[in-house]
Amino acid sequence: MTDDARSAVGDYKAGWHDPENATIRFDFGLSEQVVRDISALKNEPEWMTEIRVKAFHHFEERPMPTWGNMHLLEEIDFDKVCYYLRSSDATEKNWDDVPEDIRNTFNRLGIPEAEQKWLSGVTAQYESEAVYHSIREDLEEQGVIFLDMDSGLREYESIVKEYFCSVVPYSDNKFSALNTAVWSGGSFIYVPSGVHVEMPVQAYFRINAKNMGQFERTLIIADEGSSIHYVEGCTAPTYSTDSLHSAVVELIAMPGAHIRYSTVQNWSNNVYNLVTKRGVAHDNATIEWVDGNIGSKLTMKYPAVILKGEGAHAEVISVAYSGEGQHQDAGAKIHHLASNTTSKILSKSISKDGGRGSYRGMVTVSPKAENCKVNVVCDALLLDEDSRSDTYPTMEVGNAGARCEHEASVSKVSDDQLFYLMSRGHTEEEALALIVNGFFEPFTRELPMEYAVELNQLMALEMEGSIG
Amino acid sequence: MGKTALLEIDGLRASIDDTDILHGIDLKIMPGEVHAVMGRNGSGKSTTANVLMGHPDYEVTNGTIHLDGADLLEMEAHERARSGIFLSFQYPQAVPGLQVGNFLRRSVAAIRGEEAAKGAEFRTTLKEGMERLGLDRSFLSRYVNDGFSGGEKKRFEVLQMMLLKPRLAILDETDSGLDIDGIRTVAEGVDAAIRGTTSGALIITHYNRILEHVKPDYVHVLIDGRIVKSGGPELAAELEERGYDWLEEDAV
Repeated sequence: MTDDARSAVGDYKAGWHDPENATIRFDFGLSEQVVRDISALKNEPEWMTEIRVKAFHHFEERPMPTWGNMHLLEEIDFDKVCYYLRSSDATEKNWDDVPEDIRNTFNRLGIPEAEQKWLSGVTAQYESEAVYHSIREDLEEQGVIFLDMDSGLREYESIVKEYFCSVVPYSDNKFSALNTAVWSGGSFIYVPSGVHVEMPVQAYFRINAKNMGQFERTLIIADEGSSIHYVEGCTAPTYSTDSLHSAVVELIAMPGAHIRYSTVQNWSNNVYNLVTKRGVAHDNATIEWVDGNIGSKLTMKYPAVILKGEGAHAEVISVAYSGEGQHQDAGAKIHHLASNTTSKILSKSISKDGGRGSYRGMVTVSPKAENCKVNVVCDALLLDEDSRSDTYPTMEVGNAGARCEHEASVSKVSDDQLFYLMSRGHTEEEALALIVNGFFEPFTRELPMEYAVELNQLMALEMEGSIG
Repeated sequence: MGKTALLEIDGLRASIDDTDILHGIDLKIMPGEVHAVMGRNGSGKSTTANVLMGHPDYEVTNGTIHLDGADLLEMEAHERARSGIFLSFQYPQAVPGLQVGNFLRRSVAAIRGEEAAKGAEFRTTLKEGMERLGLDRSFLSRYVNDGFSGGEKKRFEVLQMMLLKPRLAILDETDSGLDIDGIRTVAEGVDAAIRGTTSGALIITHYNRILEHVKPDYVHVLIDGRIVKSGGPELAAELEERGYDWLEEDAV
């Protein structure tokens, strides 16, 4: 394969940056005072301040993970991160009221356009705070709550207090502790019983400043028999210094509810993306994580589902693309705690130019959980000899009646495959795009059309004539 | 001045990994003609097919190849395809995730232009071709050669040939692994795509069976990278009966 064909995959197109016009900007570095200042700035109730401070101390004491990419993790300098930056003093309901630079950025990213066409609601976060937020009126009338997390805490304190840290305790890992200490922004969603939110709601996260830390916190509660599809996207400018994105997402699917959470992660290659995502599924509920990791320097993310109620179902469908200097350490965790629960994990990764993709998965079936079904498939595609793919699957099955299937494959794009497609009139670049897009097809099939198109464009940008 | 040959191969020598395989091949196919190349395993049959299509692993060390007067050796594989060369592969490659219908449309667009991939003519040819080859509609949503049986792969190659309407169709052992019904179907496909047109075909095979149905105009015998004998369809029958040994002795 020629270098041109390979290098045409995955050019980063969202790497511009706006001038920094901060209205509030904290100095670099983290301390208990920084944590208290963030909380005070937001006029938070005392219980939240206390959780933040406890989480901060846990973060300080907690060692770095001893897996993933320890070398890259050790390079993070927590003293050179800005933990809070506000660029706009208000969360607007009208794009015209959003400061011009920021509005232009979201325009370039196509957010207002997507909102018009196919979304039920949008929240746009820029640095630490949401700058725009809106939800369709008919959903509001049905009692759907869709707010940025700070507003959620102000307006629905009792719900937030009940569920905050209930799925991901701050002590879960070093980065969940960090997020809990300094969180800002993110989404708060409550869908009342029986309400189906037909069109997806979208959150878009943009980091603009250098050495920025973005720590959004998202909580979604789908009450009995309701359903919602949440979509998030994210980008950042390309800088020579690193930024840190460390989110926590908690999902609660009450009996019979259905939550689908889709991510197209396209951070620039100087962003550490260390995220904890977990959901609890009660009786006959379904939680699906659809997770695309294309950007970032290092991603460590393993969307998890706790199948707590009988008949609950979990799916984690993920793709990862690792180019030069990138390591995507991604996977899934599923815990079958109840009988008749089922789960499916599909992981696809592509590596090129020395990029590294790892699948890290854990599935457990508790001894009391009868008649569970587990299906795990992970496939890797390597575009050259320098790239790397690893699989770290763990299964702990405590109940002999569980039916577990696991398949893994690593393949290379072969010259014969390219030749076959070229013999049908396709240039080498087009042939590679057909192979790459085909490899991701089981994933893109699950995404809303608009996102599938975006993903294909991201994956195979500039391969002329091959994008349809 | 005579008519321009559809395909003209002159003194072709080719090697792979520094091993010489073809030792000087001369072959001329005129518009509308069907030629067959027969020979044992290792005689250079598949190498000839791959070199014509432009497989990057093969190095042409001498000679020329012209299609409709144009120099093929100057072109990459996709350019040759766009010029009208089609190769029905002996071992078609799987592309998981790429749907047959999508692939066919894109390939027709790449070779014959966007318009050809859009119109009613495309849909009609596709429908008729699939019926002729005994392929179900659901075939279109399967992934290219992924999990296909041997017979399905060969039928799919023929379907592509019908849609791409090549100037020169090269069939590299398309008959092997097919039962007699399959062979008849392939032969009908070749007839439908080539007979009565100014296109041509080069059928590479071990066996006379497919030739009984396609009825080539010329038969060539390939031994050790050289064409040692050419003749009419009766040569194929003779080979079937006598084997290759008598020709090998001549060749030495």
